[in-house]
Amino acid sequence: MLAPILTRLLKHNAAWVLSLAPLWIFSHFAGMLGDVAGGVPVRGGLEWIPSLGVRFSWYLDGLSLTFALLIAGIGTLIVLFSGGYLKGNEHQGRFFSFILMFMGAMQGLVVSDSFLMLFVFWELTSLTSFLLIGFDHRREPARRAAVQALIVTGLGGISLLAGLILIWIATGQTELSGLLAAGDALRGSPFYLAAFVLVLGGAFTKSAQFPFHFWLPNAMEAPTPVSAYLHSATMVKAGVYLLMRLNPVMGDTLAWETVLPLFGGATLLVGTLLAIRQTDLKLMLAYTTVASLGMLVMLTGFGSDRAIEAAVLYLIAHSMFKGALFMVAGLIDHETGTRNIGALSGLRHAMPATFVAGLLAALSMGGLPLFFGFLAKEEIYAALAVGGAWASIAALVAIAGNALMFAIAFAVGLKPFVGPTVKVPRRTHEGAMLLLTGPLVLAIGGLAAGIFSAVAHRLFSSPMASAIAGQSLTVDVSTVPHLELPLLLSGITVALGVAAYFGQARLRGAVASLLEAIGWGPDRGFDQVMRGLVRFSAGVTRIVQNGRLDVYMTVTFIAVALSILMPMVVFDELPTISGLPDPWFYEVTVMIIGVIGLGAVVYAKDRLTAIVSLGIQGFAVALLFMLMGAPDLSFTQFMVETLSVVILALVMTRLRLSVSDHRPIGRKLLDTTIAGACGAALGLLLLKVTQFPFDETLTKFFEKNSLVIAHGRNVVNVIIVDFRGLDTLGEISVVMIAGLSILALIRIRSRNERRPARRKENA
Amino acid sequence: MRTLIFRTAAPYLTSLMLLFSVFVLLRGHNEPGGGFIGGLIAASAFAILGIAHGVHAVRRSMYFHPMAISGFGLLLAALAGMLSYVFRVPFLTGLWTSVSFLGVKVDFSTVMFFDIGVYLVVVGAITSVALSLEEREDG
Repeated sequence: MLAPILTRLLKHNAAWVLSLAPLWIFSHFAGMLGDVAGGVPVRGGLEWIPSLGVRFSWYLDGLSLTFALLIAGIGTLIVLFSGGYLKGNEHQGRFFSFILMFMGAMQGLVVSDSFLMLFVFWELTSLTSFLLIGFDHRREPARRAAVQALIVTGLGGISLLAGLILIWIATGQTELSGLLAAGDALRGSPFYLAAFVLVLGGAFTKSAQFPFHFWLPNAMEAPTPVSAYLHSATMVKAGVYLLMRLNPVMGDTLAWETVLPLFGGATLLVGTLLAIRQTDLKLMLAYTTVASLGMLVMLTGFGSDRAIEAAVLYLIAHSMFKGALFMVAGLIDHETGTRNIGALSGLRHAMPATFVAGLLAALSMGGLPLFFGFLAKEEIYAALAVGGAWASIAALVAIAGNALMFAIAFAVGLKPFVGPTVKVPRRTHEGAMLLLTGPLVLAIGGLAAGIFSAVAHRLFSSPMASAIAGQSLTVDVSTVPHLELPLLLSGITVALGVAAYFGQARLRGAVASLLEAIGWGPDRGFDQVMRGLVRFSAGVTRIVQNGRLDVYMTVTFIAVALSILMPMVVFDELPTISGLPDPWFYEVTVMIIGVIGLGAVVYAKDRLTAIVSLGIQGFAVALLFMLMGAPDLSFTQFMVETLSVVILALVMTRLRLSVSDHRPIGRKLLDTTIAGACGAALGLLLLKVTQFPFDETLTKFFEKNSLVIAHGRNVVNVIIVDFRGLDTLGEISVVMIAGLSILALIRIRSRNERRPARRKENA
Repeated sequence: MRTLIFRTAAPYLTSLMLLFSVFVLLRGHNEPGGGFIGGLIAASAFAILGIAHGVHAVRRSMYFHPMAISGFGLLLAALAGMLSYVFRVPFLTGLWTSVSFLGVKVDFSTVMFFDIGVYLVVVGAITSVALSLEEREDG
């Protein structure tokens, strides 16, 4: 919340101060590493809605903690990077507050224990992502991408909510930690399949799995720090997080082990193929992110111990190298003014530090020895090499995908820097300290984690893998190459990757022509669906809201009459009309006055007379109240009648209606019938109500306590302002809002009246 | 509408009605009356003045925009309720105190301020609607 103010004070240097927040969170969570690595989850919570058994609770095991550390750690670097990247942008303060909001939501998501919290934070990440993608709201593509991301992930969120509710019904658990022990109950439940599909709907949209992948590349309209942070390192991994979290509970079934690898593998292939087609650095990275997410889903789906270890390693490695590469791409864009890979070359002289960061990250992404990415790749092949035909197919898919990703890694991290220096739109120089910190730290981190893999495994990988598998696992792969099948597969991957790197131009052409041959993709499909939706709702609106007030009134009153009369007639609950008590002389007189008033309304020649006559009838009712001993009510009735006559008269003069009523006779008869039915219905309802034995508890309470507790002798008023004060507060808020909206309506009308063309007899 | 008699009588009528509305508001706790009715009376008083002397005169005499009055009333009512938090009792609990003023004991309470808030909301909202409806007639 403080971010905009700080930014105004300190300009872009506010980033240094603001980055302290995530840094503090990071150190806070890092302090828990010891416990969690020892297998003791950290938990806590508060009662939230005890009546529903909903708690505001958190639960940190290896999985949550690793995620939390990634979010906070990369978040720190991203805040620094955006300080430099958006230097001079007038909305930088807003940007910081959005990105910190997102960070809070994402942290909440991964540490949540209760389903409800998980869902709320899940939606919050979608919302903040919407705000960040649409940050440059003046550009049409940015707006479209933001709306698209919101709709896709929002629909997924609803699906997730439905899935979580089904899980709740099936197991009776509202918390993840409780659910972990109830896996068999869930798998055996008849709701399993439905819950499974719904949860997948949430996870697949969030993590951009094929065929929902299309929103992610479009989301690259966001400023680069957002792409690096939300759309590669953290938010899109929320779906993977969810799958990993639910693996011990929902995994180990045929559906799980078929659907996940299938969609994951498809996403991996589609992602890499589309990536090689792009020439924009950011888009290339975006599609490889889609592919990497596919890989993670595929590995999670296999569910074997090694596959889970591989997924863990790959997830950590990916967050680091992809974050770094995105920032490198952003740096290149920021300093040269272009992201087109064909236009970039020879930057190593101008931007040596960026080059180092890019190269290190690319080496990790390519999975070369010594780097953390290499460990991940070794583990992937180790997981897929053993197993049946199903795993072999997956291994082939992984090899193809990894080889293409290898090519792209170097296309982004190496190609712009080598070769002859070319002319670019801006004079190139090295990025500022703020810009360089992020990519360098992440890239070097990837190397360090690879070299000191033993420490990294003990602190992160093993606890995380154990949490996913639901049993204790120890990750022990190291950078020392060992001559086995995985190394051979790695070698093949690298060889293919190098070939793809040098042949990327030809590959790009081939994929492009293939895509043109298909011509239709989910992205275009999204547009078609949206257009259809807009047309459909416009059509419905035209029928339901045709802008004719008399139609609305007729429909409303018919509904009122029917809703009261129908139940009474159908269930035979009509009141019995016993003999009326002998009316008083005054009462008869007043009633006669009322009837005369009504007659005057019906026979009035012009509308003004009719309105005033309506007032007569209202006053008669007020008198009746007075006679029956309800002075407050009659008082109010008097005032309301007076004011409504005045206001109705004023409205009539404004509307420029013709002086007299000229409805055709049929219409008049219809309206009379409806009015009569409404009146009869209300009258019968009141009669029925009075025929029930009157419950005096409340009356007695108010009479007894009015003077004692509330110091008032007027019971009605005491009820209004004291006993039911909250209701009154709500009512006066409504009065005020109604007043404001009427005012707005009148204003709109006055503006239209100034335009002579818009004048109409009745609107 | 704007006969001489009406125009001459309207200001007096309005002042009397306003006075009466405050009276009704304050006595509401023990006798028929209260913020809601008082507000309606005051709103009709302003409507009469508006019909007689035009909207401009009413706006000038009210000084604040009616909607601002309404908003202030809502705020007052809410604050009167919030005061309960200071004394660690549930929201909107009535708090009472008696002040001796010229030998007469006068009761003050948060409930009274709440009722005044209701009064102001009703006056403001209805007057602003009535005035903007009348506005057009002035041309």
